[in-house]
Amino acid sequence: MTSTTTDIPPRDYRLSEQNAQQAFERGLASADWYHTDVDRKAMKALMKRSDGPAIRDTAIWIGLLFASGAGVVALWGSWWVLPVMLIYGVLYGSACDARWHECGHGTAFKTAWMNDAVYQFASFLVMRNPVTWRWSHARHHTDTVIVGRDAEIAVMRPPDLLKVILNFVGIFDVWYSLKALLLNAGGVFQEHEESFVPSAERSKAITAARVHVVIYAATLASAFAIGSWLPLALIGGPRLYGCWHMLMTGLLQHGGLADNVTDHRLNSRTVLMNPVSRFIYWNMNYHVEHHMFPMVPFHALPELHDLIKHDLPAANPSIWHGYREMVPAFLRQLRNEDYYVRRALPPTAKPYREDLHEI
Amino acid sequence: MSDWIDVCVTDDIEEEDVIRFDHGTRSYAIYHSPEGEFFATDGLCTHEQVHLADGLVMDHIIECPKHNGQFNYKTGQATRLPACNHLGTYPVRIVDGHIQIQLSE
Repeated sequence: MTSTTTDIPPRDYRLSEQNAQQAFERGLASADWYHTDVDRKAMKALMKRSDGPAIRDTAIWIGLLFASGAGVVALWGSWWVLPVMLIYGVLYGSACDARWHECGHGTAFKTAWMNDAVYQFASFLVMRNPVTWRWSHARHHTDTVIVGRDAEIAVMRPPDLLKVILNFVGIFDVWYSLKALLLNAGGVFQEHEESFVPSAERSKAITAARVHVVIYAATLASAFAIGSWLPLALIGGPRLYGCWHMLMTGLLQHGGLADNVTDHRLNSRTVLMNPVSRFIYWNMNYHVEHHMFPMVPFHALPELHDLIKHDLPAANPSIWHGYREMVPAFLRQLRNEDYYVRRALPPTAKPYREDLHEI
Repeated sequence: MSDWIDVCVTDDIEEEDVIRFDHGTRSYAIYHSPEGEFFATDGLCTHEQVHLADGLVMDHIIECPKHNGQFNYKTGQATRLPACNHLGTYPVRIVDGHIQIQLSE
């Protein structure tokens, strides 16, 4: 593993017209990204859709969610509720993110309505407007970690580490999410949303936001009515106390790696994880592979990894290993925001694509 | 004025698959449907100008490899976001086992 610095102007993460223009002038926006060569027959087999794996996993997820939710209700008022809330919280506040993500791509299920139904449900759990965030994520794939273009950069430079830590209990994230939902419900879109949500889609975004806000308002009202936190522990609250796994895995996707490049091997991280985390995260630990080939469903990502790993930096062998790489990079970025971790490629790999980002 | 342009032989495209065909300054996508018919559309997704030939053909749908937008390749109609604008479609004929598409000059 090596590291380097580059001479990049101070970062302005706003999705403004000026920043977009600069990104286009530097060849970074809507760019042609590096892809590992994969035989067309093999890629077709990997891209093939099926309902089976996602139905199985969704049945397990929903079953455990409702069973643990029932456990929270049954044990409310006793200390025994805490371990059950830990399970319910992660299934609600973390697993929702991966379902939102994979169903948003439309790759989890073969059947379109199944993708749409789980996408809407997961969008509510993760407190994201299903319309605006679909467009936000499309931009994230067009311009992954391109400053001034990507609205989903989790840790900007220099890193605000207090904010990162507090987001393990959803403090800032939930605040921003609720604010965005309330604004959208009132017909207001923020600057970054205006930059990627087409005008024709905004009425749908307003309707979706209003549905979410009404459910949260009803939950709050019921908590007041019965004089108990229980409704909030079941709806909305898990986005705070159960999101730690989403943060733990999500930060590893791009944290401490390069920005303003057009090679996902430089700005994304694949981390080998335990089976429980992979179930919660729906295999998004294969993140280089996902960004390079977003058409490949979650259940085929391990196979894709085996097929192209000769062209990728070695995967981090564990979550712990990933953090040992990422956290020191965050600390160095406090002193030098141009620092990033640049991982060695195996001898079998094609060199990093350097032509665009060093303009 | 329009011309019929040779693309390839029919065996060059597997059933339920697509290939890229560049002609002049334009790129096209040529499809082989599960029923054995051939179709042609613009080659680039209307959302972000990505080559559709790298995408996935499912029945009569082509899915863009970058953002998963979908089109019906028989009609060009955009059927899944983020694709909003339809694709152009082009007449196709088979002559002596060769696929030809008709392009307007």
